Amino acid sequence: MAEAHTQAVTASLWGGGVRPYAMGSKKLGMWLFIIADALTFSILILAYAYIRLASPDWPKPFAFSPAILGATLMTFFLLSSSLTMVMAVAAAHRQEHKRAVRYLLLTMLGGIAFIVLHTREWLHLIHDGVRPFANPYGAAMFGGTFFGLTGMHMLHVTIGVVYLGIVAYGFGTKKFKSEDIEVCGLYWHFVDLVWMFIFPLVYLLSVKP
Amino acid sequence: MSANSAQEHAGSSVRLYAWVWTWLLALTGIEVYLGYVNLGTNLMLTLLLGLSVIKAVLIIAYFMHLRFERLSVFLTLWPIIVLCIALILIFVFPDSFRIRDLGTG
Repeated sequence: MAEAHTQAVTASLWGGGVRPYAMGSKKLGMWLFIIADALTFSILILAYAYIRLASPDWPKPFAFSPAILGATLMTFFLLSSSLTMVMAVAAAHRQEHKRAVRYLLLTMLGGIAFIVLHTREWLHLIHDGVRPFANPYGAAMFGGTFFGLTGMHMLHVTIGVVYLGIVAYGFGTKKFKSEDIEVCGLYWHFVDLVWMFIFPLVYLLSVKP
Repeated sequence: MSANSAQEHAGSSVRLYAWVWTWLLALTGIEVYLGYVNLGTNLMLTLLLGLSVIKAVLIIAYFMHLRFERLSVFLTLWPIIVLCIALILIFVFPDSFRIRDLGTG
């Protein structure tokens, strides 16, 4: 009797059609990716902190204008794009296709503004002579950690903008479901979240005195 | 759900998201201000990291909707990464101080 019961429970769990986390496989897959990616960024941030701690002459090159002002604006654009993203998800769940696509396009615009401002910041530093293993300010590894960390993040934002475009097109033409918008939203918010650590640790702790 | 109550629900969630967004911007403003106050590096780092963790929690809980998912989702995903980061911190940072203090890099 007990054995039959165990068999029935096992069959119901492993037979498919059950959602132990009450979410679809796409969403769970994205959450698992986010955890893996969070570890990637954690390692990059820890490598930056490690090298900075070990270098007594770590430079503080970021003046209020343009660097800190630009980075604050970039934070504003990313946070606002996260707001338009949740609006897109809410509209998609209500099956308001046009409104959802409009919000997705606004989110892309926020991402593009971020990329433009960040590229400007990179060009400014490169113009000043900052290279991955040399710079005129001080510790040689400053460039390597800065370009490595912010470059990896910018790559994520760029991929995010393309991903948003694909999802907006798919949802607009009714090929994709609202769950796809939600999964894309998870990715976008994660990219925003990572910046919430990079901004203070890289920029605000290196404000030009 | 009737059309009316669906609209009410949408209205209340928009208010919640706008509220979270306002808080995130306000915390960012505080962080920028802290960047220009002459505090010690340790206190500054603690405050900035503390504020960043609060912002991350707000984003994960509300924008990423984790607060409204099952507890099992949170328990499956987050404790393990916190453990991984803690282990790395314990093993890596003493070495960084060794390089700085003893010049053995």
